[in-house]
Amino acid sequence: MKLLEIAHARSGDKGNISNISLIVYDQSNFQMIKENVTEKKVKDWFKDIVLGEVKRYELPQLGALNFVLYDALDGGVTSSTLLDKHRKSLSSFLLEMEV
Amino acid sequence: MGVGAGYGGDRLEPALLLMQEGELDYIAFECLAERTIALAQKEKQRNPEKGYNHLLEYRMEKVLPLASKHKIKVITNMGAANPIQAMKVTGEIAKKLGISGLKIAAVYGDDVLHILNENTHLNILENGEPLSSISNKMISANAYLGTAGIVEALNNGADIIITGRVADPSLFLAPMIYEFGWEMDDYAKLGKGTLVGHLLECAGQICGGYFADLQQKQVPNLWDIGFPFAEVDENGEGYISKVKGTGGLINRATCTEQLLYEIHDPAQYLTPDCVADFSKVDFELLGPDKVKFENASGAAPTDLYKVSVGYANGFYGEGQISYGGNDCVNRAKLAGEIVKERLKHLNCVDFRIDLIGLNSINPFQTGNQDISEVRLRVSARTDTFAMAQLIGQEVETLYTNGPAGGGGATKQTEEVISVLSVLLPKLGIQHQIEYLNL
Repeated sequence: MKLLEIAHARSGDKGNISNISLIVYDQSNFQMIKENVTEKKVKDWFKDIVLGEVKRYELPQLGALNFVLYDALDGGVTSSTLLDKHRKSLSSFLLEMEV
Repeated sequence: MGVGAGYGGDRLEPALLLMQEGELDYIAFECLAERTIALAQKEKQRNPEKGYNHLLEYRMEKVLPLASKHKIKVITNMGAANPIQAMKVTGEIAKKLGISGLKIAAVYGDDVLHILNENTHLNILENGEPLSSISNKMISANAYLGTAGIVEALNNGADIIITGRVADPSLFLAPMIYEFGWEMDDYAKLGKGTLVGHLLECAGQICGGYFADLQQKQVPNLWDIGFPFAEVDENGEGYISKVKGTGGLINRATCTEQLLYEIHDPAQYLTPDCVADFSKVDFELLGPDKVKFENASGAAPTDLYKVSVGYANGFYGEGQISYGGNDCVNRAKLAGEIVKERLKHLNCVDFRIDLIGLNSINPFQTGNQDISEVRLRVSARTDTFAMAQLIGQEVETLYTNGPAGGGGATKQTEEVISVLSVLLPKLGIQHQIEYLNL
């Protein structure tokens, strides 16, 4: 299935770094996304745009993972020529991932 | 405590409703994005009486009467590059409205450009280069100050506090420190107060804004979304809610999305006042649109301020044109190829070509080609204004020289002001305050 069936997400930015949260609707799915949506999987998923590493933080009490994608914003919102300079839409594209 | 703006251009009506019906003691307006202060600094250079938030007058004309009537203290970073002038303007508005008995404070001292000019050996956080690589192009440098200036102004009886650059959560933490007498080294409490600030600071975003979809995250009456408030006790515990009858939604899911918004490591959210720890934070739904927060903590802050440096970074040029109907994607691609060749002949080599509708925001470059319309977008950052103008020009000339059926061409040229960061020792950077009594 796609992540969007069991989880929601929000993107934000700081400098050249993207921050995407991934939150399950039902706590019973947390272990599954924790095992499946690893740092490596997210780095591979966004390999064309994330030039740096991906770090993941876990908040089991909220059923949430927080991903930090380094060097992912074409220099950052104040110098990029991207249409979506914050890459706010990455949350929706993360949810397209098959798990 | 409520929030009246989550960014510089935010709506005003939800703030006014919150002041009328929220039984507030404080309202904070967060209006300063990363780059805003550099733009404001340029305005101030052209006109010493400008350089504050463009909506200051519009907001204060409506906010001051409510603040006076309901005894609500107002805290805002709408001062941008010119808090003193913003204070004077606010004072004039109060006089015009016949409001007296208000004390207005301007909190500043965040401008550290003069310090950076003497410390160009400092490394830029984002790229590791020395500051000297941009020092001849610097426009502004502002330290993210903490709560100290706002707390001092509250202690001196200020009702309206207008700041320059202050860390966003500090706008909300300051009144808690003042009201509850929290010590500045009681980091656990400062962490709890920082959580409240972080949850509120984006206004609509915790009430179902930037959240809704039409599947599992439906939000009622989004057109009429309310702004949030928090009720907090002296231990830093409390709940988030909004005015009854407003649109939007507050639940565990909206709170969790906002909790993690742009914080990176939840155990180490760096602010000038503390290193907040949100890693154990939990939420409990107490009732409709009413969520309790708990388990935030904090540790001592670093001895450095983050400083945002605005600098002139060339120019930006863009052109767009749309194609529709049969084989429109290929006609748009041909249009892109034409512009590419033209720009190459003009010695412009570094540009981006997107097809909006196909691959402009999609990071996978695998968009569905079977679409009924598509929009070519060509964009570039350039060294000269003239070259930036050419980008839009080369797209516009596709009307008469390009593939069939191009329509709706637009072009845009602007100066680019970019922002980078450095860290600066706190020692030697001191806030200053001026007051105006009405």
